[in-house]
Amino acid sequence: MNGPDRIFDDRTPGVEENEPSASFLSYTAGLALAILATIASFVVSQTNLLWAPGVPVGLVVLAFAQIGVHLVFFLHLGSGPDNTNNIIALSFGLLIVFLVITGSAWIIANLNANVMPTAVQSSH
Amino acid sequence: MTVATIEAVSTALARGRGGGGPAPTRIVVAYGFWIFLLSDFVLFSGLFAAYAVLSDQTAGGPSGPELFNLRSVFIETMCLLFSSYTCGLGALSAERRQPGRFLIFAAFTFVLGAAFLFIEGTEFAAMVRKGAGPSRSAFLSAFFTLVGTHGAHVTSGLIWLAYMVAQVVAKGLRPRVLRRLLCFSLFWHALDIIWIGVLTLVYLMGAR
Repeated sequence: MNGPDRIFDDRTPGVEENEPSASFLSYTAGLALAILATIASFVVSQTNLLWAPGVPVGLVVLAFAQIGVHLVFFLHLGSGPDNTNNIIALSFGLLIVFLVITGSAWIIANLNANVMPTAVQSSH
Repeated sequence: MTVATIEAVSTALARGRGGGGPAPTRIVVAYGFWIFLLSDFVLFSGLFAAYAVLSDQTAGGPSGPELFNLRSVFIETMCLLFSSYTCGLGALSAERRQPGRFLIFAAFTFVLGAAFLFIEGTEFAAMVRKGAGPSRSAFLSAFFTLVGTHGAHVTSGLIWLAYMVAQVVAKGLRPRVLRRLLCFSLFWHALDIIWIGVLTLVYLMGAR
């Protein structure tokens, strides 16, 4: 794509170019890393390898590592110019996901701590 | 380099961002589908948030550690991982115009996805039989909604995959079919990403 003969060509909309974005090797490397991260998650959660209060943090870190592996090796989200828009959209999506999850957890944790249970059937 | 060359180089590199003409259809289609997938992630974030805040509300019913069988969860995870792998290899063979190899990998992907659904289905059925159905407690409602929505996505992915195989057989690997295949593989890989969240939040953190 960066060859001097390709730089000047005008593209009509919809013209395909056959640029292989992936290879057998990248998928295999992705699979190996993903299996490694999965097994590490199971080991961390089922053994006392990590200091007990740190286990959730370790699991979250491993989950993010594996999501990164999937994005790069399976979804081919790289740093190429064709991917810029995808990355921008992903970062916006991540912002919304982060706001929804941490916002809900934060608010409800606050309510749980500060509001007295009123119903008799309340489980706490 | 002349000014014109420099301009040409910079616009060629900025293709799809306004310079150097429109991006190829393949890139635009993948971008549009990626936006859809991100909206799906946002949908799941609501379900994850609901599960996170309700996971302790067992209403005197069974809790996660009593219900989850981590051995079958591990097998489920491996099924999805390997089906993602074979799906990727299938997309690769399709890109290289090898329909025979594509069909083999598609069959592997389908079988592994179906195995995942089968294990999940038997787990769900066993839980309902034990009286731990979605109506038992807020925790179980959130659990079945979150994991069930993921399972519904996998089910629709399997239907889509069967449809894609039929298209490849009937129409061959023409560009339009290839773009649909690209969207399918994005969908399938995205389901795997959701599963990482389910595995970590629901099963690994919940089974302690």
